[in-house]
Amino acid sequence: MNEPAETSEAGTSSAILLRVSGLKRAYSRPRTSLWRKPEPLQALRGVSFELQGGQSLGVVGESGSGKSTLARLVMALDRPSEGRVELLGRNLHLLSEQELRAARRDFQMVFQDPYGSLDPRMTVEAIVSEPLGTTHEKLSRPARRQQVLSVLDQVGLRAQDADKYPHEFSGGQRQRIAIARALITRPRLIVADEPVSALDVSVQAQVLNLMQDLQRELGLSYLFISHDLAVVQHVCDQVIVLHQGEVVERGTPRKLFSAPEHPYTQALVKAAPRVI
Amino acid sequence: MALLEVSNLTINLQTHRGRAQAVRDVSFTLERGATLGLIGESGCGKSLTALALMGLLPEHAQVDGSIQLDGQELLGLSERQLCALRGNRMAMVFQEPMSALNPVHSIGRQVAEPLRLHLGMSRAQARARATELLERVGIAQAAQRLDEYPHQFSGGQRQRIMIAMALACGPDLLVADEPTTALDVTVQQRILDLLQELVAEHSMALVLISHDLGVIAQNAEQLLVMYGGTVVESGMTEAVFARRAHPYTRGLFAARPQLHAAEGTVRLPTIAGAVPELVDLPAGCPFAGRCAHTQDECYVERPQPRTLHQPSMAAPASLASWRQPHVARCLYEQVLTAGART
Repeated sequence: MNEPAETSEAGTSSAILLRVSGLKRAYSRPRTSLWRKPEPLQALRGVSFELQGGQSLGVVGESGSGKSTLARLVMALDRPSEGRVELLGRNLHLLSEQELRAARRDFQMVFQDPYGSLDPRMTVEAIVSEPLGTTHEKLSRPARRQQVLSVLDQVGLRAQDADKYPHEFSGGQRQRIAIARALITRPRLIVADEPVSALDVSVQAQVLNLMQDLQRELGLSYLFISHDLAVVQHVCDQVIVLHQGEVVERGTPRKLFSAPEHPYTQALVKAAPRVI
Repeated sequence: MALLEVSNLTINLQTHRGRAQAVRDVSFTLERGATLGLIGESGCGKSLTALALMGLLPEHAQVDGSIQLDGQELLGLSERQLCALRGNRMAMVFQEPMSALNPVHSIGRQVAEPLRLHLGMSRAQARARATELLERVGIAQAAQRLDEYPHQFSGGQRQRIMIAMALACGPDLLVADEPTTALDVTVQQRILDLLQELVAEHSMALVLISHDLGVIAQNAEQLLVMYGGTVVESGMTEAVFARRAHPYTRGLFAARPQLHAAEGTVRLPTIAGAVPELVDLPAGCPFAGRCAHTQDECYVERPQPRTLHQPSMAAPASLASWRQPHVARCLYEQVLTAGART
């Protein structure tokens, strides 16, 4: 197997970071009858796309379209029925457990709910440094703390926030903590599943700006899952539209949302509420 | 006389950090057949205002002011009197249809309940009427599905069932608190279209609460923009959206990414800071501190509502709601508007 090509630092890399090909995932459903075989639920029916370093790919679609299944497979939290997920040239689902654990430093996730995704009994320092425990060689406590403080600074939180607990923060600040936790392993890819849809409009803008600043500074790639077309257009370079587990349309957001071709994309664009 | 007249509604809540004025001096009127949009971010008091209309505030809440439905004062009514009104003259649709529906009763029974309770229908009558209602809100094969339970329906269908329950007794006032926030955009539009049809059909008054400017823009003729328990701007939707007199309204607009925005908009303009907790609100303007134009007076002096535009009285009297004046509460509105124009 080839060594993953070491790409250059921050942003300049245009090599393929993530390649997803022919991805399928079927879930078994309960029997509806004793005499009939249970029908599997086809959550993903052959999804393929590529994501370049430093770029953002938006995934839009309704609930049930397979967005979250896709995120779980890319994060190697679940195994596909068919197809492959290659990050930096390695097929994630063929790695041994140990290799996968080491590989996880390259891809991290930010979840939708800033209230449910942070353990209320852990300090911010413990939350943010947790990914280091599994993916990095043993670090001394001061070195850990130093890294925590530096990512907190990057996401716009203060050093004294490290010793606080999640309940002391607002929704927007919690999402910053979640982003800091994702950043601490210096990942190349962040999978963000509806990262701003639980936030108030004024705070949503702050978090989106932060995500874009970090992308510019660190050359991050985002797999950005959202149902909000305007947010996707603002953040992403490319978009795929998922419908019933299939990619029905892809392209730049501007082209896709101004001249949608597939009837489903047309329906999505038409339904997006807009001001005047 | 308007169907719903709310004047100087003030709600105080006892929190563990002390007394919080959660709703301050809210006044509005709403006619039959009209939709009022309530817009604002979490903690701005929009849901509490809705609960106050329905008489569903927590017991420790202190309420002042007046809420009149068709001339009847609602504040101070006993629970028994309120029960006779709720579900009958006024009804509410909640955000999360799964938790608002009872999982252990069939949907037929839940839709029929207000019919039996308020209209005294027999079991069979109520069942027949429930079928009609479910068909009206777009549940296919309603007659066959009456005995199914909430978990057998999708999110959009559940919200339709909620709407059927709310409509059962033909209420005068319908309050919908973020009715589509938990739904997909395509489903959202169908539910909002349904609500609009029903408002016109039954000449109900609808109070539509949302944090989404687009939802309000497309569905409400008049609106209140709330911040920190205060109505900072109000009027006809078109007028408010065109002028955006209050800095908070302007901030909300700017912070929202726009579909089909001009190319090259890299950063979104943000509103500094976060929505303050109600206990921490400044004594003066609630937006003081977060507002880019804050002056010293803003912290001290509470801005009074100022009428910016009084629509002509030429509109026909039956459409009284079309004459809502455009009002803003900002000490420096004139200065800011003048600045924005130059």
